Amino acid sequence: MLFDDCLIRIDQLDFSYDDRAILKGVAMDIPRGKLVAIMGNSGCGKTTLLRLIGGQLRPARGALLLDGQSVPDMPHAQLYALRRRMGMLFQFGALFTDISVFDNVAYPIREHTRLSEEMIRDMVLMKLNAVGLRGAHALMPTELSGGMARRVALARAIALDPMLIMYDEPFTGLDPISMGVIGHLIRRLNDALGATTLLVTHDVQEAFGLVDYIYFMSGGEVVARGTPDEIRASTDPLVHQFVYGETDGPLHFHFPAPPFADELTREIADA
Amino acid sequence: MPEPSSKGALGVIASLGHAVNEIAQRLGFVARFFAAILLYSGQSFRRIHLTIREMYFSGFQSLLIMLVSSLFIGMVLGLQGFETLQRFGSAEALGIMVALSLTRELGPVVAALLFASRAGSSITAEIGLMKATEQLMAMDMMAVNPIARVVAPKFWGGVLSMPLLASLFSAVGVFGGYLVGVVVIGVDEGAFWSQMQSSVDFRLDIWNGIIKSFVFGIAVSLIAVFEGYDSIPTAEGVSASIRRTVVNSALTILALDFVLTSFMFRGL
Ligand SMILES: Nc1ncnc2c1ncn2[C@@H]1O[C@H](COP(=O)(O)OP(=O)(O)O)[C@@H](O)[C@H]1O
Ligand SMILES: [Mg+2]
Repeated sequence: MLFDDCLIRIDQLDFSYDDRAILKGVAMDIPRGKLVAIMGNSGCGKTTLLRLIGGQLRPARGALLLDGQSVPDMPHAQLYALRRRMGMLFQFGALFTDISVFDNVAYPIREHTRLSEEMIRDMVLMKLNAVGLRGAHALMPTELSGGMARRVALARAIALDPMLIMYDEPFTGLDPISMGVIGHLIRRLNDALGATTLLVTHDVQEAFGLVDYIYFMSGGEVVARGTPDEIRASTDPLVHQFVYGETDGPLHFHFPAPPFADELTREIADA
Repeated sequence: MPEPSSKGALGVIASLGHAVNEIAQRLGFVARFFAAILLYSGQSFRRIHLTIREMYFSGFQSLLIMLVSSLFIGMVLGLQGFETLQRFGSAEALGIMVALSLTRELGPVVAALLFASRAGSSITAEIGLMKATEQLMAMDMMAVNPIARVVAPKFWGGVLSMPLLASLFSAVGVFGGYLVGVVVIGVDEGAFWSQMQSSVDFRLDIWNGIIKSFVFGIAVSLIAVFEGYDSIPTAEGVSASIRRTVVNSALTILALDFVLTSFMFRGL
């Protein structure tokens, strides 16, 4: 065992859609209070893993313990109780488009507490202030830029001071400044709330300067793990290719296909 | 369409069986979805303002199209009814004819058809878009049940609006018939109303009409929320779901109407 105090323990986890295996024997320990990145090329199963941790999907096999409790075996009510202490930032924010920024952030508070409107107002403005958008509270989600929407969604995800925050590719489609702002925010929220953070990303530069620990996935398996320095020094060809953005290596840009020459030959033969 | 010539009779039977199997599976899915809605309805009734808000959206916003259509249908009934009845010298029975056609059939059926295309389609679109933009998934991750919070209120909003809209439809339709029959053509006003009063039975005609519209409301609302919830989360997927809501609602309303009419008015 790598860490003594883990919030999440995953062992031998298998998951498949129909009969397509997506995750194969995944093992991960997420230390409490730390910021951990899950990296890997698109389609390797990162989002699927987050949804398994949140209990929205059930694994075919394996153990998934959160705070000592098995997530896949939880009855619905207990799962919902657990989710109140989780915050998740979806890739595109997933803000409710029919209500204002303020009401979006207030939503989980209104659903799960019986606080007075006055207290809710204070809490919401505090969260919006933390993401630098207190002045935007009256706007509708459609009036926000991509980066602002992501920050509002972040404020909503932390509205109830969760013990676990999960971010699904929070940097995609952002300009370098917004990226830096959000990265900084993720770090600060983790430390200020005393929360544990899972950060799914493939932005190497941003992640390496930010996180405490990294898990590398490829084809549904964990292929490398370590601190940013350990990963940078890794000699694993796949990790090396990913970290240094090389086009040549074990990872292929092309979707599996018959050799191009064969196809050309066949076309000529057909003609 | 299967091609009998290339596949032979067995191929036809096989694809028929396949289609039936698919429909049965889908119906089973709808039934389970309906059960889930009922199961979580208690939770959503505790927040009754959600359902009232949906009643406003689906019901109140269909009002204008209902009022205009029912007025025209009533006026056409007045015209056609008068033409036919006067051949048998019973033009003063126009009131009965207009009122019975509306309360028994046209009110519930046409109101439901209009409701499906005006409100049902937008219910499907809203739920489908919420799904496509991951709003439903986000809600579920916030420990808020999307069926209790979004689906059930929209369902009950539709179910409760439908009888009100259908009743209004019939009432305005009768007024349209009165306008054409009495005011324009000149059928005797006293006869128009008194014949209607004496021959329209509350239980047989009005109450059965309300029951019909209630059943149609359940069917249309269930189809609309199901298609939205089941939609493929892309632009084309949502548009296909909206189309299915309108088409399936129309077919279901007409088929159910035949069944209900057989039981109610023929005592089958
Ligand atoms: N609902 C689904 N049904 C079937 N396959 C899916 C579904 N969602 C994702 N997949 C597949 O699972 C694999 C992993 O997806 P995902 O976890 O989203 O990858 P990523 O690492 O990019 O987040 C992908 O190959 C994707 O095609
Ligand atoms: Mg993903």
